[in-house]
Amino acid sequence: MKKIAVVTSLSLLSLTWGGLALADDDYITLASTTSTENSGLFDAIIPQFTDKTDIDVRVVAVGTGQAFETARRGDADSLLVHDTAGEEQFVADGYATERLDVMYNDFVIVGPSDDPAGISNSDTVNEAFSSIAESESPFASRGDDSGTNRAELRLWEDAGVTPQGEWYRELGSGMGPTLNTAAGMHAYTLTDRATWVAFDNPQDLTLLFEGDDALFNQYGSLLLSAERHPHLKHDLAAQWHEWLVSEEGQQAIADYRLNGQQLFFPNAQ
Amino acid sequence: MSSSDNAFLTALQLILHMDSDLFSIVTLSLQVSFVAVALAALAGLPLGAALALWRFPGRNGVIIVLNALMGLPPVVAGLCVYLLLSRAGPLGQLGLLFSPTAMVVAQFVLVLPIIASLTRQQVEALHDEYAEQLQSLGLSTTRMIPTLLWDARIGLVTVMLAGFGRASAEVGAVMIVGGNIDGVTRVMTTSIVLETSKGNLPLALGLGIILLALVTLINALAHLMGETAKRRLG
Repeated sequence: MKKIAVVTSLSLLSLTWGGLALADDDYITLASTTSTENSGLFDAIIPQFTDKTDIDVRVVAVGTGQAFETARRGDADSLLVHDTAGEEQFVADGYATERLDVMYNDFVIVGPSDDPAGISNSDTVNEAFSSIAESESPFASRGDDSGTNRAELRLWEDAGVTPQGEWYRELGSGMGPTLNTAAGMHAYTLTDRATWVAFDNPQDLTLLFEGDDALFNQYGSLLLSAERHPHLKHDLAAQWHEWLVSEEGQQAIADYRLNGQQLFFPNAQ
Repeated sequence: MSSSDNAFLTALQLILHMDSDLFSIVTLSLQVSFVAVALAALAGLPLGAALALWRFPGRNGVIIVLNALMGLPPVVAGLCVYLLLSRAGPLGQLGLLFSPTAMVVAQFVLVLPIIASLTRQQVEALHDEYAEQLQSLGLSTTRMIPTLLWDARIGLVTVMLAGFGRASAEVGAVMIVGGNIDGVTRVMTTSIVLETSKGNLPLALGLGIILLALVTLINALAHLMGETAKRRLG
């Protein structure tokens, strides 16, 4: 009786294990940002790449800081993020051999529709950020070293404000959770446009400021160093890297629409 | 995506139109947690029974540590397994990070202390009750382990269910070591986190309701099996 039980459970176990073994297709692991994943861009363009090359792309969507760390440790074959300064540093540090512009969109400031800091009348993003700080209106910061967080901190610096105090709340969360929280506490926040358009729970949040050149949000693809991490799938990753900036890849990015809006604008050189 | 804001309706729609994506997410969730619990039981049941029966220096320390590990935060377990399996880590050569196997390892780490600790408790209680009889049969401690485990089996099913509950409900560990990759390592809990972060709250809650329903179903099956077994034993 006992033996039967043991044999049954062992065979069940091996069956389940067999089910877990994955098809051994060619694939690369791409470390990227939540904005590209959550907005549905990858669901739209990766199948086109896979059709052409038979290479699947497995996306691990994290903040830009964590994406860099994942690649630095050799756990991703490719990197697509949005922090140009950080990307150039990554190349300078020898972790990547090439960085290419792929596409851009822009950051926008969203906030409660009654706009207590009156930023919708601001001419520049500096003015908008200063108004928020002066009126001490609640501002939800990502606080997670993501690309958006880094951009936000640069904007405070440009506005000559050291963000601190009761009104400035560092959440340490991704873009989506930050939007959920900002909606809950009637706070302003800086978000990339793609995540904002794809976001389904705005409640009282509304887009209040956009269009300043300083809000430009560039995405770049990095070719990781074969010297640093020889075990990575460099050949396959190079095909993805080149496809992104090819005419076909750029067209795929341009064609992607969500709710009728184009979210990413290809700008490979 | 959904026309309704009602999570229960969303859950119902999801179940009725069970698409292949959802089906593979549910299957993977069950597979990962089932394998993790089975492996943790293979290691934890004998470990717990041995702890109950053997006296050795430092035994109390081991018991306290195991009990404390029952409360190990999943995200810490995930981080440890991540550092272990990462290419820069000691087991990096295996290339297991961001795979279902990595998720099994992380859940194993979470479930093992629960199964070992609770098994020790059950077996110790049983042993206190039958110590004299077992000794009069001349059984060595090693031979007592399978006997007592078998006698405690109905209670041990509950122990394994507790382990399964922990495994299927946690998100912190599988998110870190699995990476929530669409079609590869996305499970119920990581989908719920993803949909919440997209602000798609009805869909997130709908997935939560499905997860709860599945766990309830598994518990009901185990309960029925236990009742049947008890009746047969009279």
